[in-house]
Amino acid sequence: MTDRTLEIDRISKRYGEIVALDSVTFDVRAGELFGFVGSNGAGKTTTMRIALGVLAADSGEVRFDGKPITHRTRTHIGYMPEERGLYPKMKVLDQLVYLAELHGLTVDEAHQSAETWIGRLGLGKRRDEEVQKLSLGNQQRVQLAAALVHDPSVLVLDEPFSGLDPIAVDVMTEVLREKASTGVPVVFSSHQLDLVERLCDRVGIIRDGRMVACGSVAELTAEAGSLLVVTAPEAPSDWAAGLPGVRVVSQDGPTVVLELDHGADDQTVLATALGTGPVTEFSRRHRSLADLFRDAVNEPGRTTA
Amino acid sequence: MTTPGDRSVKPFTAVRIVAKRELNTRLRTRSFVIGTAVILIVFGGYFLLQATLLSGAGTSKIGLTGQATGIADQLTSVSRELGKNVETVTVTDPAEGRSEIESGDLDALLSGTVSDLQVLVKSDLDPQVRAALNSIAQQQVLNAKLLEAGVDPAQVAAATASAQVDVTTITPPDPEKDQRMVIGLVMVFLLYMSITTYGTFVAQGVIEEKSSRVVEILLSTLRPWQLMLGKVIGLGLTGLIQLVILAGAGLGMATATGTLTLSGVAAGTVLWGLLWYVLGFFLYATIFAAAGSLVSRQEDAQSVLTPVTMVLVLGFVVGINLMLQSPDGQATAVLSMIPLLSPVLMPGRIAASLVPGWEVGLSIVLTLLTIALFTWLGGKIYHNAVLRTGSRVKLREALRG
Repeated sequence: MTDRTLEIDRISKRYGEIVALDSVTFDVRAGELFGFVGSNGAGKTTTMRIALGVLAADSGEVRFDGKPITHRTRTHIGYMPEERGLYPKMKVLDQLVYLAELHGLTVDEAHQSAETWIGRLGLGKRRDEEVQKLSLGNQQRVQLAAALVHDPSVLVLDEPFSGLDPIAVDVMTEVLREKASTGVPVVFSSHQLDLVERLCDRVGIIRDGRMVACGSVAELTAEAGSLLVVTAPEAPSDWAAGLPGVRVVSQDGPTVVLELDHGADDQTVLATALGTGPVTEFSRRHRSLADLFRDAVNEPGRTTA
Repeated sequence: MTTPGDRSVKPFTAVRIVAKRELNTRLRTRSFVIGTAVILIVFGGYFLLQATLLSGAGTSKIGLTGQATGIADQLTSVSRELGKNVETVTVTDPAEGRSEIESGDLDALLSGTVSDLQVLVKSDLDPQVRAALNSIAQQQVLNAKLLEAGVDPAQVAAATASAQVDVTTITPPDPEKDQRMVIGLVMVFLLYMSITTYGTFVAQGVIEEKSSRVVEILLSTLRPWQLMLGKVIGLGLTGLIQLVILAGAGLGMATATGTLTLSGVAAGTVLWGLLWYVLGFFLYATIFAAAGSLVSRQEDAQSVLTPVTMVLVLGFVVGINLMLQSPDGQATAVLSMIPLLSPVLMPGRIAASLVPGWEVGLSIVLTLLTIALFTWLGGKIYHNAVLRTGSRVKLREALRG
């Protein structure tokens, strides 16, 4: 696969006895926003650090545009590490110019680009202040500018939305969409699943160092089937337990949330519910990414590659 | 929108960019400017003090009244033989002379006859002036007695003058020895200070990058050796600039105030000192960088830096003591050949005494070899430890990598 796709191909990494990554594979296509989700310690950060060459993988390969990423091509990646990092005593402008130069821009280009992003991210009044004197939100903006200042061909962002106020979230969203629209593959990790669902073209879910699901949100939810919400006030609490192809996802007083296997008949469920007395609610609900995530994380052995 | 491959950074361009940042950040800080200025002021004050002490201690101003005015020339010449400069003035009014003694304008006031001199001083008489005056008075009495006995004092004087001890020296006397020693000690001090200060800056810089996590961004485009080398070169240059300013200004002030008359020796010492600074800094800098990379917080810096600075302190203290006792002794020569101590001891020795060329050459070669070894070792430790944040990285783990 070529054409400016970022490919993570069977990457494995162990720390002594602990398997951090086990053959993690996914790709981020040109112009695509890819959401990378998983619980803490699942391997998101390790994967990103390997993609950036900050960490070496035990096996596997990271490719961009069909070629393995080398130290030379790495200057074209924009990176925002999970642990935010800038020189605390360096001024915003100097800092961005320095990072741009390190990524191969000339001094003039670096200045131009730094000024552009400072303006774009609303840091104009802060350009000559030391980073340590900025508010956390503004430090985040500088961090984003640092990832973008060298006009990268690939964006890898670890938790870019954490700690942002709603306005900054909008700015970040807009910038990421804009970069993607110019053909840049964008991969970011996040715990804000609603945001990932809204923003991303495709999503990858990682658990214990393994990719357990990967695809568009629509694909994943369709595959997982839908949920049925039933409220039957007079029914015994285990009324739905024995139904074929039906699984109780959650129960809250008289309301149960059921997951139906493909082909299971919802009308049988309704009939059974009515048999216990009145039914005050009977509705289908689409599964959210959060549901999928919970399933994927809780259910061992479930793999959708 | 760029495509990969049409833009990249050459390895040494990256090192240069890193070094430039270090240089810019350090040179612009208030602490660099103020620090340099303070040392210069201390230097200036020291030299001015030396100059006043020299001129004050060198010359005594002595007033002569009455018959005593006759011994003015004799006093000046005898005093000079004893190593004392004397300026004589004729005082016509003894009362006025007394008040000048009280005010300190005159150091002593002479009156009476040559054989019976009366000296008025404020509190005590300079021992050399006293010796000179005693000798003049005794000579006067002796001459009188010789004349009484019918002997020509001039003949006796000629005969006694020819009776002198014969001194044979094994090595020719070095009239510049004391000055050379001072120059050497100042150089040793400056080198010790510069290497310790800028070495510590290297370690602090490494820790700053680790604790602020900026190192992760940097290493996504730089290789660890580029970052380390850039930092070492940048800070080394900053230290060199400061050393040149201090040594140059010190030399200028010392020559201007007359404290130093050996500007040739001093200039040579400064040049040797600069060379040894570069060697010494590179010798220690990578070790400082490696030590810094083991910890993630400035608070932990002390624990890893102490062993390194201890070696420097040891070299400095032992070096200063040995140089004061015997700058050309066997022990000093041996110790100055040990690479870790050479950068502080060797330039001191070169300044204080004559060091055979082969010794200088050998110590430079040994130091260069050690630099190569330490750079390799320090680079390895740095490479393995710099991205491990959290608790202190054990040296063994860092070496194994």
